[in-house]
Amino acid sequence: MVSPTPSADAQPVTPQTGAAAAVDVVLRCEQVSVSYGEKAAVHSVDLAVEAGRVTSFIGPSGCGKSTLLRTFNRMNEFIPGVRIDGRVLYRGQDLYARDVDPVQVRRCIGMVFQKPNPFPKSIYNNIAWGPLINGMVPRAGRRGYLDDLVERCLRGAALWDEVKDRLDENGLALSGGQQQRLCIARALAMEPEIILMDEPCSALDPRSTQRIEDLIDELRGRYTIIIVTHNMQQAARVSDKTAFFYVGELVEFGDTDQLFRRPREKRTEDYITGRFG
Amino acid sequence: MTTLAAADSHLRGRHTKGRLFSWLLGAMTCFGIVMLLLLLVQVLRQGASWLRPEFLTRVASRVPEKAGVLPALVGSIYTIVITALFAVPVGVAAAIYLEEFAPRNRLTRIIEVNIANLAGVPAIIYGLLGLALFVRLLHLQRSLVSGALTLGILVLPVIIIASREAIRAVPSSLRQAALAVGATRWQTVWHHVLPAALPGVLTSVILALSRAIGEAAPLIVIGASAYVPFCPRKLTDSFTALPIQIFTWAGLPDPKFQNVAAAGIIVLLALLLTMNAAAVIIRQRAGSKLKW
Ligand SMILES: Nc1ncnc2c1ncn2[C@@H]1O[C@H](COP(=O)(O)OP(=O)(O)OP(=O)(O)O)[C@@H](O)[C@H]1O
Ligand SMILES: [Mg+2]
Repeated sequence: MVSPTPSADAQPVTPQTGAAAAVDVVLRCEQVSVSYGEKAAVHSVDLAVEAGRVTSFIGPSGCGKSTLLRTFNRMNEFIPGVRIDGRVLYRGQDLYARDVDPVQVRRCIGMVFQKPNPFPKSIYNNIAWGPLINGMVPRAGRRGYLDDLVERCLRGAALWDEVKDRLDENGLALSGGQQQRLCIARALAMEPEIILMDEPCSALDPRSTQRIEDLIDELRGRYTIIIVTHNMQQAARVSDKTAFFYVGELVEFGDTDQLFRRPREKRTEDYITGRFG
Repeated sequence: MTTLAAADSHLRGRHTKGRLFSWLLGAMTCFGIVMLLLLLVQVLRQGASWLRPEFLTRVASRVPEKAGVLPALVGSIYTIVITALFAVPVGVAAAIYLEEFAPRNRLTRIIEVNIANLAGVPAIIYGLLGLALFVRLLHLQRSLVSGALTLGILVLPVIIIASREAIRAVPSSLRQAALAVGATRWQTVWHHVLPAALPGVLTSVILALSRAIGEAAPLIVIGASAYVPFCPRKLTDSFTALPIQIFTWAGLPDPKFQNVAAAGIIVLLALLLTMNAAAVIIRQRAGSKLKW
């Protein structure tokens, strides 16, 4: 995997002139449209997601944020009647090319869901299962490798201190916020380059939300994160880039600061100031 | 302002209606239970004193006092085991395929509708099918294996339908969680969906096998013998089963055989209860580890 360029964070990037050469695009949408049967959900979206950055998707309910997010790891495939046009390029490879295996796509692009959904297994196995079934665990010294991995991922998800004495407990025995961090740890275990998060805090209380936001902040730089959120403050707090969607269209995409302070589009302004949506 | 204390006549009427219905429902429940109890009492009164240890170890006889249930009991147990070995893997596999892998198209829908219809086909028709297919075409004779396979086909639709129900009840968030860490469809099903659906699948299996063990008609059609003085040893041995034995006894002119039949019914009921108890225990074992 190509490591993200840390230099991009160092100086403020101005949207127009922007040091185009320094921008490391990990995921690019080209005219992506998605429809469910007759019903179009996303229209011709062009979007470039930078590596190592946090990108947030905002917009009113039903505008296609989740739909677009699911095209990034081919989770749309299980919905009958779904149709995807255009190209989604991950490091230049079309995710929907004929020879691309969706299982391989989901190994590189992880996902955290709106409702925490740990496996009804032990905390340990919640994290170990992905690498195990994907054959990422060396045969020799398997136990030690897994122990390390579990600890590393739980630390990475800021959950280690709370669960280190009860790794054998069922993941469902944790609180909602802990479950969500467990799900993040589970995603980290696959060492993905991109982590997709669909409203990861919508089922959580403010403290758990705070912890997840802190966590996203820590993961910044090492992972590329795309987060869907209904919480405008959250988008403003955690993301570097923000995309605003409205009825299936990408209305505006830019640096979070700029988009919230000086939106270029009237619709964006109306939405972020709470005039509709 | 409306007062809260005195209910107006309309509300009183609604309460009366509610009470009336709860009484009615309670009465229906009681009716069912009373009927079952009557049946049980009747059977116990007739048969309990005939249910001596020798009854379980003897073979059938013309003399009511010497009649025993052993070949029928063993036949029933063997039959149900073979039926399960055949119908459970096939039924559960079909359920998994239809629920998790089959494309959602017209053909699948036609198959689904037909399976539902098959579940309603009378047992005797399955007997005719078994006669034509296993006894005649496959030359399996009027044997244990013919009977077991016939019963297997009989319960297959029930197993498929109920197992699908159980598989469908597994939340899709669990499947998504597995797929999102790079599991294949099969890994998702094997490691997560099936364990989660297991309690429901087991219930369906036990219900189906309970039905199979009480069936006499299809076995009579394929020609299970009424009088078998020995226990079956091979798959191709001729055999009898509890319902057939009971049916035969009940039809004999000597009134004492009514008591023998009742004793046979008690044995059949005990076997059924044992199976159901086993299912409950397995289900609780499996279920206690799972919840969401
Ligand atoms: N499985 C589905 N089948 C059919 N239509 C769907 C399906 N999922 C979403 N849609 C439709 O696609 C459109 C976009 O839905 P999507 O879930 O992407 O919106 P969203 O922006 O994530 O909304 P929210 O903020 O409420 O989560 C909606 O109009 C919705 O009705
Ligand atoms: Mg959504």
